[in-house]
Amino acid sequence: MSLRQEHEIHTRRKGRNVGVGLMLAAFVVLVMALTYVKITQSDFRLPDAQGTATQEPDS
Amino acid sequence: MTDMTDPKVFEREAQLGDYFALLKPRVMQLVVFTALVGMLAAPVSVHPVIGFASILFVAIGAGASGALNMWWDADIDAVMLRTKGRPIPSGKVEPGEALGIGVALSGLAVMMLALSANLLAAAMLAFTILFYAVVYSMWLKRSTPQNIVIGGAAGAFPPVIGWLIATGSFAIEPWLMFALIFMWTPPHFWALALFMRSDYDDAGVPMLTVTHGRPATRRHILAYTVLLALLAVGTAFTAIGGPIYLVTAVVLNALFLIGAARIWNRNENDSEADNFAVERKFFRLSLWYLFLHFGAILAESALRPWGLGGWS
Repeated sequence: MSLRQEHEIHTRRKGRNVGVGLMLAAFVVLVMALTYVKITQSDFRLPDAQGTATQEPDS
Repeated sequence: MTDMTDPKVFEREAQLGDYFALLKPRVMQLVVFTALVGMLAAPVSVHPVIGFASILFVAIGAGASGALNMWWDADIDAVMLRTKGRPIPSGKVEPGEALGIGVALSGLAVMMLALSANLLAAAMLAFTILFYAVVYSMWLKRSTPQNIVIGGAAGAFPPVIGWLIATGSFAIEPWLMFALIFMWTPPHFWALALFMRSDYDDAGVPMLTVTHGRPATRRHILAYTVLLALLAVGTAFTAIGGPIYLVTAVVLNALFLIGAARIWNRNENDSEADNFAVERKFFRLSLWYLFLHFGAILAESALRPWGLGGWS
């Protein structure tokens, strides 16, 4: 039996890979949505170190 | 290396569903529901995206502890009728894979919960995973008939985590919800142990039925149910209770007490004559019991904005 031949196992593995891929994509979208919500909340501010770094040119 | 010519190897190869089964989806449902009630009953509102993500990470953490439990208990799962179809004993998932998935998902869930909610909620989730995987699975389950009593705490933490997600601080209310699940767990599992008779004996797990005998288990079910009923009805008069909860609790606890008294009144001959019908009914009722109590807590907090929930 040749390995090139399409076997049932290949379709099943593909199903598994597509499933993992979709979950990873969903995770990326979730982290993006979380980030958006966090930085648009009214009490959001940059941590002090970064805050001073970005303010330096003005002062 | 996989032998590509042997069809049996293909058939045993794990599918996504087998990995999902490692996460104990039915336990996860309970965790998601109770954590959600804990979060929504808190007096602080949570942004829907943050709430959704946080509850998802709690569910992943709970699933991860389920995978660790299945990795550790694969030997006894293979002996018990109820569990021998699980992914590891059935040969679909390798034990090492289950361990890897459990550890990786635990780390991911705790880290992501710290980012989406707060450090205290994440610490509580980490503690819960450790408690279930190490204290319950590795230590208590095989060493003491109190395994279910103390181990029940692991299943009782989710509403506390839910509350912490919303408020970031401890209060008395989530611990009342904790106590409700904590006291509910022993009668629920002991009823199961009564009708899944030979399972725990065969596996050598020191369930109360094995160490102290079945009549003692029947007495324990009744004793815990009485304590649970006092606690559950008493909770109606606290900040998370109200008229809806009170009616729900009175009805359910009356039914639960009747069931426990009937179990206590029976002996093995009665039970075998009707194939443990009373014990099975009590077990099924116990699932509704928890679901409806938490549903009532949720209803009280959902009606609060209209001035209807609670006693005020």
